Amino acid sequence: MTEVIFHLPDGSARSVAAKSGQTVMQVAVQGNVRGIDAECGGACACATCHVYVEPEYVGLIPPANEEESEMLDGVAAERRPNSRLACQITVPDDVETFGVDVPECQF
Amino acid sequence: MGKGTLVIGASHAGVQCASALRDAGYAERIILVGEDDALPYHRPPLSKTFICAKVSEEDIELKSHAFYTDEQVELRRGLRADFICREARTVTLSNGETLEYDNLVLATGSRPRLWRKGEMPGNVHVLRTLADARQIVRTLKATDGTVAIVGGGYVGLELAATVRTQFGRDVVIIEASGRLLSRSASPLLSDWVARQHVLAGSRLLLNTPMVGFETSDGVVDAVVLDGQPDVKASVVILGLGIVPNEELALQAGIRCADGIMVDEFCRTDDPCVYAIGDCTRFSVAQVDRMVRLECVQNAHDQARTVAATIAGNPTPYRPVPWFWSDQMGSKLQTVGFLDNAVSSITHGDIENGKGSFFHFDSEKNLCAAETVNNPAIHMQIRRAMAAGKKLEQQRFEHEGKLDLKV
Repeated sequence: MTEVIFHLPDGSARSVAAKSGQTVMQVAVQGNVRGIDAECGGACACATCHVYVEPEYVGLIPPANEEESEMLDGVAAERRPNSRLACQITVPDDVETFGVDVPECQF
Repeated sequence: MGKGTLVIGASHAGVQCASALRDAGYAERIILVGEDDALPYHRPPLSKTFICAKVSEEDIELKSHAFYTDEQVELRRGLRADFICREARTVTLSNGETLEYDNLVLATGSRPRLWRKGEMPGNVHVLRTLADARQIVRTLKATDGTVAIVGGGYVGLELAATVRTQFGRDVVIIEASGRLLSRSASPLLSDWVARQHVLAGSRLLLNTPMVGFETSDGVVDAVVLDGQPDVKASVVILGLGIVPNEELALQAGIRCADGIMVDEFCRTDDPCVYAIGDCTRFSVAQVDRMVRLECVQNAHDQARTVAATIAGNPTPYRPVPWFWSDQMGSKLQTVGFLDNAVSSITHGDIENGKGSFFHFDSEKNLCAAETVNNPAIHMQIRRAMAAGKKLEQQRFEHEGKLDLKV
């Protein structure tokens, strides 16, 4: 079982155990991780579940598809090369941890 | 400690209100009362991924149990609010319990418009709740034959798409007006959507008012039409629009007019009572009418507005309405108001599945944009509109030069 570690804007971290097949967004909702709003519930329609995947983990997941990449144009915080929508990342289940940074804002 | 905030209605608006109040640092008591027995859930997947079992009940929860516990939001499920006493600032629930409030937020939502006096033979359904969705799935599994969708709005069409493509059923879409999505899409998008449904093999009957049902042993077997042969159907799903749940407010003497009337801070005419979401009606600068916005965006944005008002940091709500729909493998997104559209420009190759319709008002400024599989454009316009930026028609005249970045 992979622990997803959410680094929050206030400098604290939250660790939530992912179930197999869950997206990072679902893990955040399940663990009540604030700052990942996920208003559309994972339909890739709202761009309010923006996260920065920590560099060491970027290679573990497939890159954003065209739809996600286009939606990332609309995120409220700065878009960076490691910006992703948490609803589009399935947590890899062959690692112990998976780390993301939660941006300052989603609106 | 005061009596805190009592929120009636525990769906998108109510839950977001509780969440936004805590985000705003509100430390008083929050009680959230909802009629549904389920943990509050996202409604949009009900017509799409939920009924074809691509997502589970847990997947569509708005918030997990941890939210209600950690944030000290007292969620009271399976209870209806029956009576508001504004003098005593209390609400009486269906179990007889009376709750006190300092602030009352009505997030009572809406309900599907029923056929005539609620006449609902067996295998005729509406879709609003998780229980409705489960019932539709049970009926689809227990029957074969044609599924009739009455009403060509978004809920009906999403169901039509799911039933046709995921359940492989014959589908007939029956619409009283001359086009699909007549209240919520431009004729350009209506036509495109209609073609997709026809291409998928669904039958489309426009300008076709329904008259009633044929039944045998209390179960539907046809939809009766005006001046046309009956449509045989083993399942009928009604998508006839929604009715705002304003009765609780009306009974308390709060001003309503097909929706609970609120101002730009989501205040009703009682200073202690607010209303948010589908149940509200309000004026907006962009159009010359009082609007009800039946979408998730409005529920969430009004929830944040009311939370800011209650938390002492009032900020007026200036809506940029947007919504999305997933049908036949395409993502449709709309932003803005279509009311004042007098001209349109099309970009991209919509027939091949990716493009945009831009709509302009008489002053040649963009008032709405509808995109098909074009989320980047949708997002850029949403951001520009939210920033109050005017987008002149001339910027859209040369497709290759379009740059909307704010």
